[in-house]
Amino acid sequence: MSKRSIIVLKALLHLACLAPFVWLLHLYRNGALALNPDPVNYITHFTGDWTLYILLATLAITPLRRLSPRIAFLVRFRRLIGLYAFFYATLHLATYIFLFSGYDVATVLAGIRADHPGEIVKQWKLIWPGIVDDLLKRRFIQVGLLAWFILFLLAITSPAFIMRAMGGKNWQRLHRLIYVAAIAGVIHFWWLVKTGVRTPWKDTAVLAVLLLARIVYTVWKRTHKRKPATRISIEAVSK
Amino acid sequence: MLIRRTDSLGPSIPSSEITSKEVFEQHQQARSRRRFLTGAAALGAGAIAATRIPGIFDPHEEVQAATQLQTVPSKYTVTDPQTPFNKATNYNNFYEFGTDKSDPARHAHTLVTRPWTVKIDGLVKKPQTLDIDGIMKYRPIESRIYRHRCVEAWSMVIPWDGYSLSELIKFCDPLPSAKYVEFTTLLDRKQMPDLPGGFSWPYTEGLRMDEAMNPLALLTFGCYGQPLPNQNGAPIRVVMPWKYGFKNCKSIVKISFKAKQPPTLWNEMAPNEYGFYSNVNPHVDHPRWSQAHERRIDSSFLPHTIPTQMFNGYGDQVASLYTGMDLKKNF
Repeated sequence: MSKRSIIVLKALLHLACLAPFVWLLHLYRNGALALNPDPVNYITHFTGDWTLYILLATLAITPLRRLSPRIAFLVRFRRLIGLYAFFYATLHLATYIFLFSGYDVATVLAGIRADHPGEIVKQWKLIWPGIVDDLLKRRFIQVGLLAWFILFLLAITSPAFIMRAMGGKNWQRLHRLIYVAAIAGVIHFWWLVKTGVRTPWKDTAVLAVLLLARIVYTVWKRTHKRKPATRISIEAVSK
Repeated sequence: MLIRRTDSLGPSIPSSEITSKEVFEQHQQARSRRRFLTGAAALGAGAIAATRIPGIFDPHEEVQAATQLQTVPSKYTVTDPQTPFNKATNYNNFYEFGTDKSDPARHAHTLVTRPWTVKIDGLVKKPQTLDIDGIMKYRPIESRIYRHRCVEAWSMVIPWDGYSLSELIKFCDPLPSAKYVEFTTLLDRKQMPDLPGGFSWPYTEGLRMDEAMNPLALLTFGCYGQPLPNQNGAPIRVVMPWKYGFKNCKSIVKISFKAKQPPTLWNEMAPNEYGFYSNVNPHVDHPRWSQAHERRIDSSFLPHTIPTQMFNGYGDQVASLYTGMDLKKNF
């Protein structure tokens, strides 16, 4: 894969990963979101869904590239995709804080226009107790915030110079937390739906397949390392 | 002429434009012939349905859908700004038609609301089966604007059309031993191809007798002056404005009078999340979210979050039902 094609593919990937966000902006601009009965609920689910989809796409790269050496270049897109998972997770968290928790955006905007930027803090003080309450009491919020925090750590340690400074081994150890983030994300989904609702099963199935693929690969690699070795020794004896 | 019911809800279309005049008149005669509130009438309606050639347009449905309800004003009305019709009819929890709140509006057109009967049984003087058109004509239909609070912490303001549930209960003549009322929603896999697994269908809900007899408890046939859209629980549902929305059983096919508290679907599924009473109460959180506030579904894009009121603001009318009860325990 030439450097030029990598650049083109990366540009296309950026566009693909931004597409859901652009779509959301489009729905806002054309008024469809205002016509939606519960825009906050829609945005919350939309950003949450896309965080999981992109997180799963990130986790799909390793099993895919192992299928053939010819697609080994896929690994060069992993960081880019992973950072978009963090992007959507952050949008999701921001939706919770600024739209879901009762933060009065309309009043704040009016305050800013009327030269009362203090409204930003005032509204924050009003909703903060509720957020603390959620954090202390609700396990789906806790597990969701944990997943966001892991993605945050991975995002800030993603530049190459930080990787070098940390040392490859340490960096890899930290970045293996992506498995915890993905599992926490799916648990977050299960814990927020009502008993009996099975909507998260698709995300769960994909995650299970991706994790299973890694286990199968590890086992397969172990057994295949041994076999050529025995064959060689038999050949040596027969000669 | 084949026109889907869901497409013809617009009030501006005169029924004569949809249905041919002869068919319309036939229907009107059939309607006047149908005797009021007798089991025989219900059986007759059933027989008409059985002989109907499948796929042939049922005039009754069209007339029903295009007709505005004749309503009278009611004193049980709040002045809060109403939720737009399109939002109230496109954002529904009616899990029989799918678990997403946009599903019922898309899927519920498969629900057949005529002929429709409601079975009255349990502790009553005379168990019987009532025809929906008879029930609707029994008392004048009042237009009542109620606050509607979902357990999911959003709320609407909806003009419902119906009359007090107590009127029908009195007609049913329950025995003194009847202490609870149980409602059952239709269960028909043919009409509900999206019925999700994981639930103990049919949907059932229950009320204590004194709650059901409170004049605010509304037996509901319409909203916004029109017959209920299917996704809102056509053709007959209850609305309990001081309780969370799931207590409002939709598309009712059976009303049973019981001596003991009946099991109800959500309470059985998750007793720690959905109590039998489920009165709107800002002081009792849902395990997964606070109930102190609600998102009012109105015409704005930005969320309109307001404090939730005890009994959804209907305390003056209903608080006395629960004197001496620990509402934190009996949530």
